[in-house]
Amino acid sequence: MKLGSIERSFFHWLAVIVVTLGCIAAKDHWGWLIEYPDALIFPFSDWLNVMMDWMVKHFGWFFMGISWVLEWPIWVVQKILSGLPWAVTMFLFCVVAFVATGWRLAAFTLGATLYMVVIGYWEESMNSLSLVAISVPLAIFVGFSVGVWGFYSDRAERAIMPALDLFQTVPAFAYLLPILLLFGFGTVVGLIASVLYSFPPMVRNTMIGLRSVAPEVIESGLMSGATPGQLFWQVRVPSCRKQILLGVNQATMASLSMVIIASIIGGTSDIGWEVLSTIRKAQFGESLLVGMVIALMAMVIDRVTCGLAQRSNLYDPSEKTVLQRYRMWAVAIIGATLLFGLAQVFNVLADWPRDNVWSPGRSMNEGLTYLIVNYRPQIEALKTSAFFFVMLPLKIGLQGAVSPFTWGFALTATHKVVYALAMAAIALWCGMRGKTIAGIVVMLFAVFLYFGLTSIPWPCVILIYTFIGWKIGGRALGLGTALGLGFMVVTGNWAEAMLSVYLCGIAAIISFVFGTTIGIWAAHNDKVSAFVRPINDTMQTMPLFVILIPFVMVFKIGEFTGLLAIIAYAFVPAIRYAEHGLRNLPETVIEAGNMMGATRWQLLWQVKIPLALPVMMLGLNQTIMYAIAMLVIAALVGTNGLEQIVYIGLSDGNFGIGIVAGLCMAIIAIIADRMTQGWSKKRQAELGLEVQ
Amino acid sequence: MKTNVADSKQVKLSCRNVWKVYGSGPEKFFNKANGQVSDAATHADTIRKQQHIVANANVSFDVHAGEIFVIMGLSGSGKSTIVRCLSRLVEPTAGEIILDGENLLEKSAEDLIDIRRHKMGMVFQSFGLMPHLSVIDNVAFPLKLQGKPEQERYAQAKRVIELVGLQGRENNYPKQLSGGQQQRVGIARSLAVEPDIWFLDEPFSALDPLIRRQMQDEFLHIQSKLHKSIVFITHDFHEALRLADRMAIMRDGAIVQIGRPVDLILNPVDDYIRKFTLDVPWETILTATDIVEKPEGPIDALKRVSGETLVEKLLRYLADNEQGLAVEAKDGSILGIATARGVVKALASGSNDDSGAAPKIVQA
Ligand SMILES: Nc1ncnc2c1ncn2[C@@H]1O[C@H](COP(=O)(O)OP(=O)(O)OP(=O)(O)O)[C@@H](O)[C@H]1O
Ligand SMILES: [Mg+2]
Repeated sequence: MKLGSIERSFFHWLAVIVVTLGCIAAKDHWGWLIEYPDALIFPFSDWLNVMMDWMVKHFGWFFMGISWVLEWPIWVVQKILSGLPWAVTMFLFCVVAFVATGWRLAAFTLGATLYMVVIGYWEESMNSLSLVAISVPLAIFVGFSVGVWGFYSDRAERAIMPALDLFQTVPAFAYLLPILLLFGFGTVVGLIASVLYSFPPMVRNTMIGLRSVAPEVIESGLMSGATPGQLFWQVRVPSCRKQILLGVNQATMASLSMVIIASIIGGTSDIGWEVLSTIRKAQFGESLLVGMVIALMAMVIDRVTCGLAQRSNLYDPSEKTVLQRYRMWAVAIIGATLLFGLAQVFNVLADWPRDNVWSPGRSMNEGLTYLIVNYRPQIEALKTSAFFFVMLPLKIGLQGAVSPFTWGFALTATHKVVYALAMAAIALWCGMRGKTIAGIVVMLFAVFLYFGLTSIPWPCVILIYTFIGWKIGGRALGLGTALGLGFMVVTGNWAEAMLSVYLCGIAAIISFVFGTTIGIWAAHNDKVSAFVRPINDTMQTMPLFVILIPFVMVFKIGEFTGLLAIIAYAFVPAIRYAEHGLRNLPETVIEAGNMMGATRWQLLWQVKIPLALPVMMLGLNQTIMYAIAMLVIAALVGTNGLEQIVYIGLSDGNFGIGIVAGLCMAIIAIIADRMTQGWSKKRQAELGLEVQ
Repeated sequence: MKTNVADSKQVKLSCRNVWKVYGSGPEKFFNKANGQVSDAATHADTIRKQQHIVANANVSFDVHAGEIFVIMGLSGSGKSTIVRCLSRLVEPTAGEIILDGENLLEKSAEDLIDIRRHKMGMVFQSFGLMPHLSVIDNVAFPLKLQGKPEQERYAQAKRVIELVGLQGRENNYPKQLSGGQQQRVGIARSLAVEPDIWFLDEPFSALDPLIRRQMQDEFLHIQSKLHKSIVFITHDFHEALRLADRMAIMRDGAIVQIGRPVDLILNPVDDYIRKFTLDVPWETILTATDIVEKPEGPIDALKRVSGETLVEKLLRYLADNEQGLAVEAKDGSILGIATARGVVKALASGSNDDSGAAPKIVQA
């Protein structure tokens, strides 16, 4: 029975490969196999533009009204934060940090805020912060309400979950424009964009949290005579407080990164804008300095919210007097007043003098130039070899990439035959060892590598992905994949979509291999683990823009820079999941392996990795999601895929084009997500493992 | 050993023909809301055949004021469901639940909250403590919901915490306590509102045997002070024996037998009940009263024993006094005589005899 199904599956695959080869053979004959005819492109984006115009015309006043209302709180917070002497604000931040976790964080906060002052970006930092200060509560409120709604109503949940997927996968650049069109120019755009981007994690965590409350806790609440309101606010919500606070933390981080991204439309003098404009002026030293502000801000906020979330679990048995209970409040008020007074006398404490601004930006630029000039050959060599030997072959295939100019020789018939035979041999070898699927993968890869992703006819690509989807997630996933990819074809975004897939794909594979290797090492070596962890934490809180900067500095703009930036961001989850998966294997299995006399390598390859594979696949999932997130930002350094269309749509003010390309990116992300997750779940079920 | 405190026959809580059916349309099986059907067993089978789960089938019993009423049964026999029906955490599909003479099922949501706040307490198998509250706040939680002022609720909470012997741990969080301690918190919380009726759903099952025994003793100690009306669920017959004034045994959602523990041991209605009582150390359960027979001759010459004497103690005397012993009640009147034959008879009725087949007598 089992054998029969494997064989059936094998013939299915064989059929797919044959069809693919057939299409490739026929593509010169039928041009539409490669290029979907323009005449048949569905004018989806034009319709969207018409709809948008209509909306703006008839309901513009409504959105403008909202915008006007929201403008106020931002203005007030901005005035307070920039009006207070920096010394006072800094002191208050340190007090909060101290309350959250203690002296170390307070000292770190002190350093971070001092940095903002000394490099002369205090005002801009406070402007960004005030936007965050309004957007986070708003996102939390919206997210919590939607989460509660989804918790109580199954029907609502069915509508909410896909909507959240869209909100989190449609690139921000795509929805900045509609917000701009509806709500008008100004800080409100950043606010709304950041609320839209940051409320989904809050929704998810609220729902997970409320679901996780044990039924007996609810029952005991009921038996204590709780009214429905009391049951919700005094039993359900507080007993899942940790999960909800995790949502708050995630929403805060998302909001911060979005506030920075949103400043791309300009109009405000905040940190994001400074980063962008310095990048545009090629003042990389300055942009890195400013970028550090965002990174520091993110780290402080992250640690503070995490600390506050955990702090409430500590307890203090002693009875407290009023003064003891409100001690920190007293310290804050007295200290702030004192500093305020001092700032009136010593103006340095209120306004850091321009002359004292420390700006090593210029010398950094010079150092960099020196570096680049001196190491130009090496840098260029790295760039070209990566381009010729990795990126180009995958993009246009060996048949296009191998030429005397690039590889030093032309592809002859002998080469082709050797390649075909070698690949067939490998596939056969896999097949002989009972690994049919591996053999098929090798064959497919051989075809892809020879012809290149961008020159494989679109019907074949759709067929293959649909097939993979069907095998992993059943009919629903297969159909969804087909429809999603079809959408890209009929809206005329296919070619760019493949470019995105190609860049993202290489980055994801490299990140995954690289990250997993480190993760495996870290799982077996505590020192490595302790070394890697803080790097991971920092990279994850680092705003995307900032990661881009050092790579642009060295490699200038271009696809390669984009690739490196994506890898730098996306390898983190691969490390995390690999380590987590390996460290949490059931002890008995490993003992059994040891008892059978497995060597270290055998144990790793034949016991541990197969068992940890589902978790590693979740790591791959996250790697892909991170890669896509960074891909969007990489459009700034001049890549050519969908992300570039989204970006162009934004800068040209063409709503339809941008949003359709954005939807295509979301589709890619969602398909990749469902496939990797589906595979991981399936595998977990087969292995009988229970991993969250 | 437990003595009968529930002499008063005043009924505190009773359920009449309670049914709980899970499935797509459970109501359609009952045309009368009071749950009365002509043949309950057949009706339950009919319902099961139509892909519904019968968690409770025609359950009826009374809980008397001040008694400990134990419900026993195998896993899945519907114990938790019936106790949740009694407190209306689960809405019965049909039947009546009468608390202090009033039908609980007809109460409005507000009345129900009021009843739970003042009349009912419940202890859960997995404790059901609020993870975010300290011990004292957990115990004071029901009082807080009632809107009692802080001082009053802490004073009351301190009292019940002392009652369960947790003083000094007031400011700990549930996570910091052992299982036994957590269950004490659960018990204290359910007592904080001074309920009349107390539900305990396998309160000690999650605890290890030693702690369990200790908790049972404390439970009895508390009950000897407070005299609540108690519904106690367990699947441990020994626990039932130690605690129960009366008990009911359930199977497949229905009650198989109700009575005093001794009644169940001496007169089991079927093999299911007999299996429960099989490994019970009968000599530590049965008393002289349980084995009395009508005297055949004069009894004045016989030695006298109290009716409460355990058979275990009696055995030695019986060996010496072939005539038997006269058993006297508390008031000094004679109940009858206890003989070795009586003991054997009592045991025979409770043991798992194979339909009375005579033992093979091996001839010498
Ligand atoms: N919400 C529900 N939906 C469907 N069936 C249920 C539900 N709750 C209980 N049941 C079923 O009702 C039956 C009785 O369950 P109940 O929890 O009362 O058993 P129990 O005697 O308390 O068992 P245990 O000793 O394991 O706690 C079981 O078959 C159970 O599967
Ligand atoms: Mg139960």
